[in-house]
Amino acid sequence: MATTSPVEVEPDLTPDEVTLTAKPWVTIVWNDPVNLMSYVTYVFRTYFGYDEKKAEKLMLEVHHDGKSVVSNGSREEMERDVQAMHEYGLWATMEKQ
Amino acid sequence: MSGFTRHRRSGRIIATFSGFEADLLRSLASQLVELLRNEAAVPHDHADPLEAMLRFDGPTTAPDDPVLARLFPTAYPQDDEAAAEFRRFTEGSLRDGKAVGAASIIDTLEEAGLPPHLGEQRLVIDVELDEETALAWMKSFTDLRLALATRLEVEQDDDAYWASLPDDDPRAQAHDIYEWIGALQETLVDAVR
Repeated sequence: MATTSPVEVEPDLTPDEVTLTAKPWVTIVWNDPVNLMSYVTYVFRTYFGYDEKKAEKLMLEVHHDGKSVVSNGSREEMERDVQAMHEYGLWATMEKQ
Repeated sequence: MSGFTRHRRSGRIIATFSGFEADLLRSLASQLVELLRNEAAVPHDHADPLEAMLRFDGPTTAPDDPVLARLFPTAYPQDDEAAAEFRRFTEGSLRDGKAVGAASIIDTLEEAGLPPHLGEQRLVIDVELDEETALAWMKSFTDLRLALATRLEVEQDDDAYWASLPDDDPRAQAHDIYEWIGALQETLVDAVR
């Protein structure tokens, strides 16, 4: 790997901050008394492509904590995810981290 | 109620309903379609008909009806302007998608032999869903349950309350239907996955 003349990197950013800069928005799914646990897990698996374990973990977070961050990315990506969640009847919102 | 299963040979999702059950599902799905079209997603208050036709805007404020407000939640709770923009660009197609889903329940049941008016005869309605239709039913069951739960003001862990109502209370009966669709939904998710 060449070490000469580094391209413009902001040297003060930690890796976490770099990730946050690239994916500053999150989609949040909120608990409601209606949707079935099995269905919510199914939605997380099919729409996001998460494995069963991750999908179930997120579903349980929604159930027990009242909400869960289910995806992150650019604003446009999160708008797509929120719209998809509304298609599935899940109560989803988005915000900047 | 046996609900949905995956047919071993054809791989299709199948279920058998009584005429009464099929008619009930159709009636609920029809009400949902009505509701989705009733409170217009696009305001029709333009004086100029041409201008009205050329407007592709969706609504910018949350629906008044609590069921619709739950079906189309506010995406940006802390940013009214962004929330209005999001709603303008998404609510129309979300409404259409949900109406198409509910219509697919009605169409499938009628194609399976549900007559326009349920008579005295005993009917058995066998439905057979491909993956796409099964997903449409699953989403629409969710919408129907959200609609019923909003009207009934269902809350977390309120089973004891519903169980305490007398059997002839219309709210108890509506809640039984809500629970029944939930049980159907459970078998459908299980059959599809």
